[in-house]
Amino acid sequence: MTNISIEAPEAVRGQPYPGAPDNWKRFFTFSTDHKVIGIQYIVTSFFFFLIGGTLSMVMRGELITPDADLVDRTVYNALFTMHGSIMLFMWTFPVLVGLGNYLVPLMIGARDMAFPRLNAVSFWMVPVVGILMLASFLVPGGPSQSGWWAYPPVSLQNPTGNLLNGQVLWILAVAISGVSSIMGGVNFVTTIFKMRSPGMTWFRTPAFVWSVLAAQLIQLYGLPALTGGAIMLLLDLTIGTSFFTPERGGNPILYQHFFWFYSHPAVYVMILPAFGMFSEILPVHARKPLFGYRVIAASSILITVVSGLVWVHHMFASATPSWMRILFMVTSMLVAIPSGIKVFGWVATIWGGKIRFTTPMLFALGGISNWLFAGITGIFLASVPIDIHVNNTYFVVGHFHYVLYGAIVMGIYAGIYHWFPKMTGRMYYEGLGKLHFALTYLGTALTFLPMHPLGLMGMPRRVASYDLEFAYWNVIASIGGFLLGLSTLPFILNMVSSWIRGEKVGNNPWRAYGLEWLTSSPPTVENFEETPLVVSGPYGYGRNQPLVGNIPNPGLTEFPESLTQQQTS
Amino acid sequence: MKLRAILIMTVYAILVAMTSLWMAKQSYSWFPPEAAAEAKLLDDLFSLFTGLGTFIYLGVIGPFLYSLVFHRASKYDMSDGPPIEGNTWLEIVWTAVPLVLVLTLSFVSYRTYEKMAVRGPMELVHLHMPQMMQPAYAEPFDSKPQQEIQNAVETAPIEQIDVTAKQWAWIFHYPERDITSTELHLPVDRRVRFTLRSQDVLHGFYIPAFRLKQDVVPNHEIDFELTPVKTGTYRLRDSMFSGTYFAANQADVVVQPFNEYQQWLADAAAGLPTPAFNQAAFEYSRANEREGATKDKVAIRGWDTIPPASPPVVNYAPKHEPDSPPA
Repeated sequence: MTNISIEAPEAVRGQPYPGAPDNWKRFFTFSTDHKVIGIQYIVTSFFFFLIGGTLSMVMRGELITPDADLVDRTVYNALFTMHGSIMLFMWTFPVLVGLGNYLVPLMIGARDMAFPRLNAVSFWMVPVVGILMLASFLVPGGPSQSGWWAYPPVSLQNPTGNLLNGQVLWILAVAISGVSSIMGGVNFVTTIFKMRSPGMTWFRTPAFVWSVLAAQLIQLYGLPALTGGAIMLLLDLTIGTSFFTPERGGNPILYQHFFWFYSHPAVYVMILPAFGMFSEILPVHARKPLFGYRVIAASSILITVVSGLVWVHHMFASATPSWMRILFMVTSMLVAIPSGIKVFGWVATIWGGKIRFTTPMLFALGGISNWLFAGITGIFLASVPIDIHVNNTYFVVGHFHYVLYGAIVMGIYAGIYHWFPKMTGRMYYEGLGKLHFALTYLGTALTFLPMHPLGLMGMPRRVASYDLEFAYWNVIASIGGFLLGLSTLPFILNMVSSWIRGEKVGNNPWRAYGLEWLTSSPPTVENFEETPLVVSGPYGYGRNQPLVGNIPNPGLTEFPESLTQQQTS
Repeated sequence: MKLRAILIMTVYAILVAMTSLWMAKQSYSWFPPEAAAEAKLLDDLFSLFTGLGTFIYLGVIGPFLYSLVFHRASKYDMSDGPPIEGNTWLEIVWTAVPLVLVLTLSFVSYRTYEKMAVRGPMELVHLHMPQMMQPAYAEPFDSKPQQEIQNAVETAPIEQIDVTAKQWAWIFHYPERDITSTELHLPVDRRVRFTLRSQDVLHGFYIPAFRLKQDVVPNHEIDFELTPVKTGTYRLRDSMFSGTYFAANQADVVVQPFNEYQQWLADAAAGLPTPAFNQAAFEYSRANEREGATKDKVAIRGWDTIPPASPPVVNYAPKHEPDSPPA
């Protein structure tokens, strides 16, 4: 299959003014091209994903036996702290910002983000955060050992007495990450509001863009609370103020409010783009319009609003009065409504479609099925009496890993596979992709399902040792954890080898609707030869309607023979 | 054809309903023993959630898997599916039904919470609250546990026990006889009120067999009540991460008949205060031994830690390392 017939003119592939060379070296330079930055984000964060995953496998090694016999307890505490922090601040947030960075301008027909330099600056803060996090392993006293929540007073205890300690580095890293995310938020929101192509009204904007907007709005209202809390914690720790120190009259519970006011909505910052990718990928590989697109789009914004009012459900067992427990139980349960709307819409989208089990489709379907499960256990957790039993147990750990790994990481993988031909112009290897999916899905179930019964039996989270009665499920979870580690190998192999020598597949191998598929693969520096004039809504499958008025719509209204051949043939 | 679809859906709905009922029954076996009246209330609530949750899960995953099996494109079929963009009625239904469902679940949870009479930590006024039990309500569940709580509150004075948490030990003080213990003894079928205090950081007072948990906050006195209804030995765990030896911060909970409990109090009062075994202090001292410490050592050495508080000096300490029977 060599005759790629799409004559998207092989336009200027040079980099006229963002300044980076047009080869692999551009990914190591200060480029302002949103596509370069997007891939920089994705690759950097994936590196930290591997580090965070390695830490978790050491933890699973410790937990395969009841006694604390593999690592010292201080090491274990550092491991779960750094695992959580790296996975959130160095993997999930940045990789989704990377995908958003790459896709949003292409999807809305813009030439770049609204503030390209700011974009590059927010990216280059990410390695700084990573270096700070990793450097904390080398300072006396080791890295932070207070969990990724860093609840005082434990986070204020400083056994070495050094001013330069793991906790200080951790707070600095989180604060810098927060600043980077706020800059990203400003950039995304401005881009989405101001730079959509002519004709792209709100209800012609793809669901992924809606979900990124919803997520970034949360960053804007939530992050100042976390950053403020982190600065107060830093002052308590370094110069002895007493915001949170009980022995000097501070209130440690106050910190929990600062922390969760952002950190619960932060879960939606991470899940919303994953939802957006599900909404983009299902229609393509089921050849049907997204069912209830307007409602799905609007439900993202609904999640933005409701998620700002649920944070106390993390504190039901803290010193929280009854009225507050009940109020936040009801608001937390209400999040089920917009989430449910999305799931039902996705099921209706694939219903009666022409489904193809490509790797991105498999990951999207797997992610949705895991999200369904995680959403239901989430309703359990919203109920005050149930939460009082399972709060801070492995039930919660199982629940949020089902969200984070089962739904979000699966969504990220789905997105990477789906847009890989756009990013590189080449196709990944389907066989390796399917192997990767099988290992990931099985590993997720093996690792995180057993955590639910463990939590119900009363195993607290964050323990380095546990009672004998918990051993059975822990062994299974550990085996699953190692399997998940293994599952990244086919992915890495696939990405590297197919980027180098994968089959060239042209601009729109999925025959997908969407502005990003109308430009070349990989797209040129400023994305579009001519600003597209949008004339219809997204997801026009089965309608034979053009998406844009002013440039040809190859692959949308009529399919050249070369594009209709499946990759497998 | 339409009839066939309706038939299939009906059969599937019945299967799902039966599976959900079965799961709801199963859910009781996922827990430790129900050693407190509150535990029974929670398990009923959890069972309801499990049943409904299973119903929703299977109700969604069924059509999902059905289309994955039957709505696949054949290999050379390049056509698109039907361009269905939505269905207003369907969308209204699947917004309204979950809304009603979660509001119902909230209400039922609220009723359970009220029946447990779990005290909010801010409610420092000590009220005897038989009026909180409202038997006039239509009860969704068996009202026995609620009766047990009510009987316990009405028949005997509430047992007061002071609990102190520190890095990393639990100390129980019985003000009536002024004795201390590192093992928590409780009389069965009596309402017990704990006053929770922490000397250093946040701790979590958590007894899985009672299904109850309350964080302990330094500089706060938090009142917390429950009603043990089953004799036996259970485990108290620290549920809020409290530093290095957090995982070892456990204690045994012995629920015993009232006369045995009285006997234990009397025996303990006669005992002289002695230092109790403390796992954290034991491990800390062992880790800091210079000689002969290579054996039993972990593979990777750690960093400096906050030293554990010295082992508590109490009237009663279990003579063995804490070890409760597997739940």
